[in-house]
Amino acid sequence: MAITLTDAAADRVKTFMDNRGKGVGLRLAVRTTGCSGMAYVLEFADELDEGDVVFEDNDVTVIIDPKSLVYLDGTELDFGKEGLNEGFKFKNPNVKDECGCGESFTV
Amino acid sequence: MALLQISEPGQSTAPHQHRFAAGIDLGTTNSLVATVRSGVANVLQDQDGEAIFPSVVRYDKHGVVAIGKAAREQAAEDPYNTISSVKRLIGLSAEDIAESAAGMMYKLEKNDSSVPRISTAAGPKTAIEVSADILRALRERAELSLGGELTGVVVTVPAYFDDTQRQATKDAARLAGLNVYRLVNEPTAAAIAYGLDQAEMDATIAVYDLGGGTFDISILKLERGVFEVLSTAGDTALGGDDIDQAVVDWIISQQGIDVGNDAGLQRSLLDQARSVKHQLSSADSAQFELQHGDTSISASVSVDTFNELLSGLLERTLKSCRSALRQAKLKKNQIDNVVMVGGSTRVPAVRAAVSAFFEKEVLTDINPDEVVAIGASLQADVLAGNKPDSDMLLLDVIPLSLGIETHGGLVEQIISRNTTIPAARAQEFTTYKDGQTAMALHVVQGERDLVRDCRSLGRFELRGFNPVVAGQARIQVTFQVDADGLLTVSALEKASNVHAEVQIKPSYGLLDSEIESMIRDSMTNAEQDVAARMLQEQRVEAERAVEALDAAMAKDADQFLDQSEKQKILDARASVLESNDTGDSEAIKKALRGLEKVSEIYVSRRMNASIGEAMKGKNIDSYAKQDNPS
Repeated sequence: MAITLTDAAADRVKTFMDNRGKGVGLRLAVRTTGCSGMAYVLEFADELDEGDVVFEDNDVTVIIDPKSLVYLDGTELDFGKEGLNEGFKFKNPNVKDECGCGESFTV
Repeated sequence: MALLQISEPGQSTAPHQHRFAAGIDLGTTNSLVATVRSGVANVLQDQDGEAIFPSVVRYDKHGVVAIGKAAREQAAEDPYNTISSVKRLIGLSAEDIAESAAGMMYKLEKNDSSVPRISTAAGPKTAIEVSADILRALRERAELSLGGELTGVVVTVPAYFDDTQRQATKDAARLAGLNVYRLVNEPTAAAIAYGLDQAEMDATIAVYDLGGGTFDISILKLERGVFEVLSTAGDTALGGDDIDQAVVDWIISQQGIDVGNDAGLQRSLLDQARSVKHQLSSADSAQFELQHGDTSISASVSVDTFNELLSGLLERTLKSCRSALRQAKLKKNQIDNVVMVGGSTRVPAVRAAVSAFFEKEVLTDINPDEVVAIGASLQADVLAGNKPDSDMLLLDVIPLSLGIETHGGLVEQIISRNTTIPAARAQEFTTYKDGQTAMALHVVQGERDLVRDCRSLGRFELRGFNPVVAGQARIQVTFQVDADGLLTVSALEKASNVHAEVQIKPSYGLLDSEIESMIRDSMTNAEQDVAARMLQEQRVEAERAVEALDAAMAKDADQFLDQSEKQKILDARASVLESNDTGDSEAIKKALRGLEKVSEIYVSRRMNASIGEAMKGKNIDSYAKQDNPS
């Protein structure tokens, strides 16, 4: 079981965490909303919840609750640009289908 | 695949529900747009990596033909259809513009409308429309960069902008399809960018803003997280453009050039001067090179020459600084922070002069061109709801007065409109009936005199205080609006120390248009309101009088009055009640006066009797002692 970050994503996460000046890590999760089943959650974490699974990859602490991990296991977090827009991408091997925009998915 | 940003804990949005917010610095010379992504505020760049967007629009017969950098580059070839510095015209009348230097540069339409229009190849354009074209371009850039529509923006305006200029700026934003969360003063935005609003301590901040075409000095006071503009001074015709002009004038006199009416040559000279200025920020000398028609220039400008050209201009800015301090009644050493804003503050001589003047290091860490847009984006991020509530900060005033319903459906205003928040005001009220032990409090918002014309915010009751005679109880009602705009109303009956309170969110759900119409109503209905208030007051007075009379007569009418006296009083009482139903405040007043007259004898007899009762069995000495409390 693992979650990984590309170098680009790790660089950005570290910059953003430094800028924020507090927090224990980066929280990844899925929520059962959205136009196509599940939606990704990407947040700064200020505390660990009971049962949270913690990964270290590329010097970044990734925090994930066990239920979300089922849907996210093996995911690689990437950072990229599309034209003027930039942001994080989930490369999730569990995904069977995505909505057009890729913000929500089904497994 | 969508590109996601990192949210604050618990602030993630559902897919397609992102709250994209941006801050826009709509400048005289240049504009910028910034946004907060993954907690970091950054200005947004175009495809070429340029963040600065020149506030220039060029029109042809089809409309906007070039905007931003492209338009500025074409200004020399088509000066009359290329509009720059439109911010100098926004919200001004035709007369104001005709007198201003900026107005001279363009042909103004002659028509009857009060809104002046610049004639262009695309037809007459108002300053609002030109500004909207600039804002539309910035909106496009923001939406491409964020990957979605903007939920709302914060647009900055100079601290000295009046209501008309602010409204015109808002209109321009609306015309560009933007939802304006708020207009924020430029110096306030700069202070926010430096995080000065997060300081625990109150502070006094000077913001020195030497932009392209304007110089502003603002003295701000930060108190409990809220900024107040103490004073502003400056020169609306002094800025980087004047530095460029000073260089051009020097070159012209050195080279003996005749510019004449050649607007194109004038523009080219200014462009070259600007380039020399930029080079001199990091070099000791720069080359002035120009080829325009028959004119050819090549000259060297040293940093010493440049600083000398600058010195008069700098002295003018410092004079404004002195005047702003004087207005704020502050001394130089009472300023805690000096924030530098505007591209011209990159000039080392400017920084040195300001630092020497305030005898303090000046804040220059954030790019001075970007600092206002960055502060605006931080504010927009908070207003969009992307931060936890605890970080919520409103730099605002109360939009409509807050008050309480008093007897007869009248409003007693406690906090008046435009009071800056946080604010707290207390007022004392009393009971209306003898033996009253509870009071209902009705909190209302609005400018009108009658409760039914205002907006009801909430009700609560103060119960269980000791019964006393009407008018004896002292109930202190306190209105407190905190920095979040949250209103707490509390009531305290002092004698028995009974306390009650309620929390209300006042401006919740009120649209700007509603606020405007409520204020307008209060103006147009002023006369009607005064009459209604008088009538209500008379009615309350009449009811109170009858009530007091009934209470007294039930007790001792037979003891003090003979039958005919009693009948006279009862007749007068009946006519008071009758008049009270007429809705004629004069009639009530008259009837009340009649009642007072016939009851005079009854009142004086009762009074004498009760004094006699109280003094029974006591001598004068004991009163003398009581009159002199130790």
